[in-house]
Amino acid sequence: MAVRASFENSNEVGVFSTLTNAYALVAIGASENFYSVFEAELADVIPICHTTIAGTRIIGRLTAGNRKGLLVPTSTTDQELQHLRNSIPDSVKIQRIEERLSALGNVICANDHVALVHPDLERETEEIIADVLGVEVFRQTIADNVLTGSYMSLSNQGGLVHPKTSIQDQDELSSLLQVPLVAGSVNRGSAVVGAGMVVNDWMAVTGLDTTATELSVVESVFKLGEGMAPGSINTTNKETMVESFY
Amino acid sequence: MSMEVDAVPLPMRSIPHTTATILCYNCGAPIDGTLAAGALCSDCLKLTVDITNGIDREGILHMCRDCDRWHSPPTQWVVASLESRELLALCLRKMRGLSKTRIIDAAFIWTEPHSRRIKLKVTVQAEAMQGTILQQTFEVEFAQHYKQCPDCQKSYTHNTWRAVVQVRQKVPHKRTFLYLEQFMLKQGAHKDCINIKEVQNGIDFYFAQRNHAEKFVDFLHSVAPIRTKKSQELISVDIHTSTKSYKFSFACEIVPICKDDLVALPSKIAKAIGNIPPLVLCHRVGTAVNFLDPNTMHTADLSTPIYWRAPFAPLANVKDLVEFVIMDIEPIAAPQGRFTHAEATIVRASDLGVNDTTYLVRTHLGSILHPGDSAMGYLLSGTQYNNDNFDAILDSKTYAGAMPDVILVKKHYASRKKNKTRNWKLRRLAKEENDMKPRKQDAEREEYDYEQFLQDLEADPELRQATNLYKNAEETAKMKEAMETDDEDEGMEIPMEQLIDEMEEMGMVDDDEGEEV
Repeated sequence: MAVRASFENSNEVGVFSTLTNAYALVAIGASENFYSVFEAELADVIPICHTTIAGTRIIGRLTAGNRKGLLVPTSTTDQELQHLRNSIPDSVKIQRIEERLSALGNVICANDHVALVHPDLERETEEIIADVLGVEVFRQTIADNVLTGSYMSLSNQGGLVHPKTSIQDQDELSSLLQVPLVAGSVNRGSAVVGAGMVVNDWMAVTGLDTTATELSVVESVFKLGEGMAPGSINTTNKETMVESFY
Repeated sequence: MSMEVDAVPLPMRSIPHTTATILCYNCGAPIDGTLAAGALCSDCLKLTVDITNGIDREGILHMCRDCDRWHSPPTQWVVASLESRELLALCLRKMRGLSKTRIIDAAFIWTEPHSRRIKLKVTVQAEAMQGTILQQTFEVEFAQHYKQCPDCQKSYTHNTWRAVVQVRQKVPHKRTFLYLEQFMLKQGAHKDCINIKEVQNGIDFYFAQRNHAEKFVDFLHSVAPIRTKKSQELISVDIHTSTKSYKFSFACEIVPICKDDLVALPSKIAKAIGNIPPLVLCHRVGTAVNFLDPNTMHTADLSTPIYWRAPFAPLANVKDLVEFVIMDIEPIAAPQGRFTHAEATIVRASDLGVNDTTYLVRTHLGSILHPGDSAMGYLLSGTQYNNDNFDAILDSKTYAGAMPDVILVKKHYASRKKNKTRNWKLRRLAKEENDMKPRKQDAEREEYDYEQFLQDLEADPELRQATNLYKNAEETAKMKEAMETDDEDEGMEIPMEQLIDEMEEMGMVDDDEGEEV
């Protein structure tokens, strides 16, 4: 299910939220509507944590995570870290990373199995990512952009990349990720698909400006059509929902 | 939003068909994302993006209807004909918002001149999105409004002149000024004039700047025997900066001796300029006055400064000419230039059939006079002149005995038929008329003077060289029909090849209408 939402009149929902298969983070703000969108879809399934990171609301860009872990930058306060620990499931490892490129959401794009990261990321960070998120890490660029997290949206079902990505690049990335990729835009032609939307295996939230065409592309590539909701747990989403998959 | 159909994003046109990678976010059409502008197909781009958004589609151009110049803000006034490059440049400069785009093409769309609208078709290019250049064509309409330029305002306002040249000649006719007018037109000496005013005995020329007036005075010095007096009037002074403004007047007086005048020279001057017999004809006026004694064919020049040291009036002028008929003429010397010394027996035209009085005279017109011709001359016998110089001649031992009865001046051509028109015309200067209408006799006299001047032009090729004569197209056609029947006035026709084709200079009007200065 793909829905449109805006955070305080901003279309860049990926900036103000992080969504994984195990938890969701949303920024603290005046947008009650924004919370309702998440709560309507996720309330009974995964916890929704209202938080700030380092006192800011741009939590989507500062954090990166998946079902198994959550990475936060060093600037995260102890209080915020404690709040996150309290809010999200214990199975999710939370790790503070000492990294110069502190906007982790911009430099890391991960699903539950693979992560594409900024080529300049430190070696240590790469290891931490592999450990905490339990993923294979690849240093990659997307359509010659180093900010993989900004220009790509990824779930276990598929991925949406920058509209200027060539077929060859898509093929290469697709073979690394083992999921189908498609180039596209969100929010009326915006190329920053990572920041313009959040996605997990059964729902996507995009900016309010997203056109029907864009939304249909999102739904088709992330396989969010009818019958994909968490209710149909015994069908396609069974694997992800079963904890003992690996 | 008004978008033209031929707006085209350039990269899309040049690249051949490639595989589609994304869907256009607007219409869902599959397109190649690596080339598309912002995930938008070219059709949607055309429909949604308008690079001419900030450009004014309407404008106002100011033009001065007096001098036909266009206002080029802030202060310039430029000459530009319709559909000219200059006007295009002016229009493009007037269009706001054009600087953000690149102009590819601009052309005029023809409009009826009376509509006072100027339409422009402009093609511009601009970067619509990152890496996408869009080309668009649109029309702009300018309304042509009228606004008087400061120069014209000045010329139509009184007392805006800085300098005036007052040209005067104290003679009862206007031929000198008619000649001067033609000469000025030919030389373009009146270009800097802001106003020309006809006054009694002369013309005032007004100038915006003192050096213009000085230039004009220099011109007069080079063509006419004049004396100049300069005076200035203080208009205002700023004591802090010592800036003063003056009005300058140049009073130019032309020697009151004209061509064909009879002159009795003071004996002192006659001796000084070559011991010429003192009773002479003025046969030419240039920067000096040229005299001729028809009895002896002596010639002499009287330079202007010498004249003004002791000015004297002419004895008789063209008004006093009397018509004579040549009975017999016999050259007595070889021709000297235009003149041939001859001895002629003449009869006063009014005496024909009345009495048998004949005069035997010596004349310089031997080459153009033939028995039976008419000639104009001064009749001295029986005429009383109230002139001291003439009395001195009568009293002198040397010259009193040689006093001729008649002095012939020029050949007389039978008066023109009223309906006969000339195949040429002259330009005139546009002069400011007096507030009062001229009296009837003044107007008649003026007409007579002009007619005399035109006849002089026809008779004198030397005079013609200093003037521009223009073909009179309608009259030429009419005259061709009448040619066969009308053979009079031969020698008075000006050959067609000497005439200038049309009044080709801009802003020129033929002499019926007066001319813009």
